[in-house]
Amino acid sequence: MTRRLTGIPASFQRGFRRSVHRAAAAGLLAAALAIPGTAALVAAPAIAQETPVRGGVLNSIVQPEPPTLMLGLNQQGPTQTVGGKIYQGLLTYDQKLNPMPSLAKSWTISPDGLTYTFKLFENVKWHDGKPFTANDVVFTTSKFLMEVHPRARAVFSRCESITALDDHTVEFKLKEPFPAFIQAFEVSSAPIVPAHIYEGTDYRANPANNTPIGTGPFKLKEWVKGSYIQLVRNEDYFKEGLPYLDGITFRVIPDAASRSLALESGQVQQTQYSDLEPFEVPRMKTLPNLTMTTAGYEFVAPMAWLEINHRVKPLDDKRFRKAIAYAIDRKFIRDKIWFGLGRVPTGPINSVVKFYDPKVTTYEPNPEKAKALLDEMGLKPNGQGVRATVKLMPMPYGETWTRLGEYMKQALGKVGIAVVLESTDAAGWAQRVANWDYEITTNFLYQYGDPALGVARTYISSNIRKGVLFTNTMGYSNPKVDELFAKASQEIDPAKRQEQYSEVQRILSDELPVVWLLEMEFPTFLDKRVKNANTTAIGVNDTYESVWLAK
Amino acid sequence: MMMKSDFWRAFARNKGAVLGLVILIAIVVLAVFASVLFPGDPWDMATAPFQPPLSDDALLGSDMLGRDIASGIAHGARVSLLIGLTSTAAALAIGVTLGALAGFHGGKVDDAIMRFTELFQTIPNFVLAVVLVAIFTPSLTTIVAAIAIVSWPPLARLARAEFLSLRTREFVQAAITTGQSNTTIILRQILPNSLSPIIVSASLMVATAILLESSLSFLGLGDPNAMSWGYMIGAARTVIRQAWWMSVFPGLAIVLTVLALNLVGEGLNDALNPKLARSRG
Repeated sequence: MTRRLTGIPASFQRGFRRSVHRAAAAGLLAAALAIPGTAALVAAPAIAQETPVRGGVLNSIVQPEPPTLMLGLNQQGPTQTVGGKIYQGLLTYDQKLNPMPSLAKSWTISPDGLTYTFKLFENVKWHDGKPFTANDVVFTTSKFLMEVHPRARAVFSRCESITALDDHTVEFKLKEPFPAFIQAFEVSSAPIVPAHIYEGTDYRANPANNTPIGTGPFKLKEWVKGSYIQLVRNEDYFKEGLPYLDGITFRVIPDAASRSLALESGQVQQTQYSDLEPFEVPRMKTLPNLTMTTAGYEFVAPMAWLEINHRVKPLDDKRFRKAIAYAIDRKFIRDKIWFGLGRVPTGPINSVVKFYDPKVTTYEPNPEKAKALLDEMGLKPNGQGVRATVKLMPMPYGETWTRLGEYMKQALGKVGIAVVLESTDAAGWAQRVANWDYEITTNFLYQYGDPALGVARTYISSNIRKGVLFTNTMGYSNPKVDELFAKASQEIDPAKRQEQYSEVQRILSDELPVVWLLEMEFPTFLDKRVKNANTTAIGVNDTYESVWLAK
Repeated sequence: MMMKSDFWRAFARNKGAVLGLVILIAIVVLAVFASVLFPGDPWDMATAPFQPPLSDDALLGSDMLGRDIASGIAHGARVSLLIGLTSTAAALAIGVTLGALAGFHGGKVDDAIMRFTELFQTIPNFVLAVVLVAIFTPSLTTIVAAIAIVSWPPLARLARAEFLSLRTREFVQAAITTGQSNTTIILRQILPNSLSPIIVSASLMVATAILLESSLSFLGLGDPNAMSWGYMIGAARTVIRQAWWMSVFPGLAIVLTVLALNLVGEGLNDALNPKLARSRG
């Protein structure tokens, strides 16, 4: 029997409505009472569904300015946000990370988990008028992405064959079952590019990279470097009547204060990711014309942690790492350093990602317990009350991370772990962490919707790779963990898979290869006139085909 | 040489200088007794975040992590004064040595040293300091070294000018004739007579060094383990709309210190160049 899955728009609408109503309620309440700072959440009465209207231009921010819009070649955040309107993947995901149609209208997975068959929409055209067919998908996944996209390469190299069964059907045959495969088709993971333009060329040097040709609802009209990127409606878009918007303009505003001013003054109607500094968020939340949501980042689901080099004593002792975990107050970090953005984590998997299990060893702030563990290790305080000295190199990604480093120094100092802060620039940080030349650092990684795609890489011993960033730089190695991650990545029974991931979460939360600090959230601010935006797990990076502006 | 009492009289004639000296002494006292006045670590979260000034636990308010601003200013005074004084001392050592050699020997030595000095003078001070600190990773030592390296050229030129004019004077010629060694002449004869302008510019250089250190810390290139005024302002910049006190008080501390040093410098100038002072009335 073949399981047949199709997208369920109702489920994503539900997610969307929930978040918008919540944010709208907070905004309305604040406006009605005219008390700045009111952020109380009350249940909002259902707002009548309005009918979309056509027309209008949405203004947003792109920060920093992307190097290119050719999403296949570059997947930095800003490229995704703009490129996601021009290019499309086969799938997108609702905010529970269930697959939904994008270029594929339906798909089937064989019971043995080895064959994935996608039916494509039939009347899709590239922006240059050529028809989009299964051949484009085969070219993109078997040739183009294999050469230029490391994350996609790791996924599609698991394919034994990728074939076009007919013009609108593509079949992926895997060497071994890999249930996370279905999570790997959103627009940044596998953007479909036109074979008729790229096949047989030097992909990176193709002149068409400057005039991106996609299938998406918006086309690039003009890009004035340093100023704005203007997208306009694709009149030939395959969905009748869509998109609603005439266009989207992304403004390049390098200065953080100017960005918040642009949103405040209504010059832009949307900000995303780190456009606004965390400390601006509480204030902006109270503005009556805006709604704020942290939904729409489920696919990236970033997790921040203290990355600890196990090659350095006493950091190799799990009691020491536990002492660190007991010494810090993660709620303080979330509330005071991230100004309330984020969730306190329990283990290695972000709670919005599949197979998250909260039933693990958790670490409430408890300095006494931390001291007891250090005593047990024989680390007694010296004359100055210092039991051990460690070096902490905060990630040089802005102030928030600097504050976090300062907090760590104080919190660990309280239990007798003296911290020497090291500062460095972004390049130096990457170099030192990748080459294991650090003791403790702060870091965050995206989880990409499935533990096999974004979590395992940090903990499995086969990913201890000197010189490569975002790998198992700690040098953590536990055969049991390796085995569980390997088994779970191939297990097609979701219940068994859950068991394996639950077990690995229990082991990791006890051994603490890293100390998890925060499930990071990003704020998306939308003007209340913007409707239907931010409905999926990739939020602002989605196509915006059904976004509309109220008059 | 001038008598001590003359010096004080000349110095005290400049009211501004006396005021500057008083402020400076107050800041030095604050720095010396920082640990007594504010026992704990200035990085400690002493109270709730964002407490306005005059609240119970924080006279000058607290910052975003609940750290006491007043304690930060007191402990920051240590760092500022320490960096100001040591980097000036280092700059003096480099600048005066090179200037003295150039001025005394003249000719090719002078040419070589002056071209070398000009090389440094053509690079903008602050940019060079930023680059040096960034390359050698920020710490108190690298910051002091960077400030010294960018500040010595004016001192070298000043010392050279003094030496050039003094070495043709009779007492130096006499010393040469009596067969004193070059080192003795430089250290014993010329240097003491050229000290006045050097002391005056060194006192101003302390102020510049403090400003440089604050600017570096403001940009996040301070020693991450040392509380300093520039760091406090840099951290406060982003929350200035919520917490003005976080930037205003450390800012005032910098203004007062730099102003005091400039006033004292002026007073020293008056006292050490009495002719000039009298002609100004």
